Formats: sequence, C-alpha cells, structure tokens
Amino acid sequence: MVDAAQDTPGYNLVSIGEHKINIRPAVKDDLANVVALDDRTTGLRKPEYWDDLFTRYGNRKDSRFFLIAEEGDTLLGCIFGEVRSWEFNSVPCGWVGTVSVEPNLRMGGIGSILYKEICRCFRKAGVTKIRTMIPRDATDLMSFFRAQGMMAGPFIQLETDMDEGV
Amino acid sequence: MMSLQKATLFALYAVLELAEDTDRQLSASEIAERYNISTNHLAKVLRDLGRAGLVESVRGAGGGYRFCGNAKRTTLLDVVRLFEEVGAGPTSGIVQETNAGVALSLVMDEIEEITHATLLSISIETMLKLMRKRRPEKPSSTGLFRAV
Repeated sequence: MVDAAQDTPGYNLVSIGEHKINIRPAVKDDLANVVALDDRTTGLRKPEYWDDLFTRYGNRKDSRFFLIAEEGDTLLGCIFGEVRSWEFNSVPCGWVGTVSVEPNLRMGGIGSILYKEICRCFRKAGVTKIRTMIPRDATDLMSFFRAQGMMAGPFIQLETDMDEGV
Repeated sequence: MMSLQKATLFALYAVLELAEDTDRQLSASEIAERYNISTNHLAKVLRDLGRAGLVESVRGAGGGYRFCGNAKRTTLLDVVRLFEEVGAGPTSGIVQETNAGVALSLVMDEIEEITHATLLSISIETMLKLMRKRRPEKPSSTGLFRAV
C-alpha cells in the first residue's frame, strides 16, 4: 500500500538498486543517530548544536526543512535548509545548511535524493533558487553540490580578523 | 578571466568530447575539425592524455581515441595539471620584497585559490551534465576559457 504522504514534499520512497530509501522529516528521536552520523563525518560531537537546530528547523514545515534518509531503522543521511528572504538584498531563496551522508555510502545517490527532496520542499515554499556555502577546502562537498548543477552565485563571502580596539 | 594554454584547452575539448560517449571512437582529425584547431597539436595532446590514462587509442578500421578515465572521479584540475601549473606559488613578476608586492600577492593568491577550488570541484561528469543542459551547442564557443 502506498502512503499518501509520499507525494508530499519532504516525504519520498526511492529505490537505489535493491535498497529502498525512505525520506521523511526528522523527528526528535532521530537526533541521537544524527549526532552520531555527524560525529563519524566531521569527527566532532555536537549534540547541543543538533538539538538547537532541530528545535528551530524540525517543527517548521513551511520554510525550514530537516529531512533524513533511512533504510529500515538505519539512518543513512540528513539535510537541512530554510527559505531566507531579503538577506544581503537577495530575493527569497532556499539555503541548504548542510547535507551529510554515511561515509561508506557516499557517491551512491543518497545525497542526491536528499537534495532533490529538499528542492521539492523549497519549490512548495515558493522559491526557485537554491544556495549553499561551502569551505573552499571541502572538496567532496563542493563536488557534490557542483554535480547537482550548482555554480558560483552572485555573492562573495568576505571576512577579516578584527584589529584590537575596532 | 582565467587564461588556459592551447594544449590545456585542446585536452579539455578532447576529454569532454570523448567522455560524452565512451563507446565512440574519434580520430584526432575529427575532433580537431569540430573545434577548428590544429590536428598535429591535438595529436600530441592526445598522446599525453593517453599516457595519463584518460584516453586510449583504438587501432583498426573505425579506430581512433576513446575516453577510458573515470568521469565521476576525474576533475578539470586533473586535466589542466597535465599541461600547466595551477596555483604554483607567487605570481611571477611580482616583487615580493615590497609592500605593494606583498599586497598584490595577497590578491593574486586569493584568485589562485578560487581557481584551484573551482577546477578541483568540477568533475568530467558534472561538465557533461552542463553540456547536456546547454544543448544545442555551438562547438567553437563554449565561452568557458580563453586559450593563449
């Protein structure tokens, strides 16, 4: 029986080979697995950060999206993003905060499924452009977003160390 | 605007042309004709690409070159680096021992770093997606790079 929710942005059931990947919004019970995945991916354990992020993103379905990919009870990846409006004089667009996939499953299509699904969420929220920001040395992540068709946008990020007294 | 040497540009043309259909074999002259470039120069470039394991020559009737690399893993930087240096240290001509030289080097380094990150993050497969997205193409006007 097909779940009617599968047609709703943020929900999807996708096959990759023999694997049936379920995409759905994150719930509070996912946080422990998300924290562990992030730990395996970045080497940094940040439970407070993810808890705060879930509080801000997990319960908003209109403009903030926190999705997970799972097979059975196993978390395979997650993505979050939000619609931001008029920041830096930009028309409303979808920002992807990050996408994370189980390291040994990378380049298998899970990240692309999550990306496509959050695009569906953004489209439903009324935006047609999607952005992200990536550290210059995060080559794999940049390659991933490039493979989704992303190119350099019209903004350049600038920064400086503040001198004493400024 | 980044300037690529002719050999680099020819290599990128050849790799992208051949990677578009890995079952297809094209001769140096067929590729050269399509891009209106020197067959002799391209033949030399193809030999270099062959040594790097990106293309292989197929002998016999209908022979030519075909792409044999990994389109998902091979980046633009992998190809460019076969023919020229990218981000090879201080920009030549800038006098490093002066304040102006140091300031100019900071700016040029920033440009180099962005160039390096861009070329490193774009795979041949991503380029093929871009090419398919932009069809119908005009062979001589990719507009991506300028050869010098």
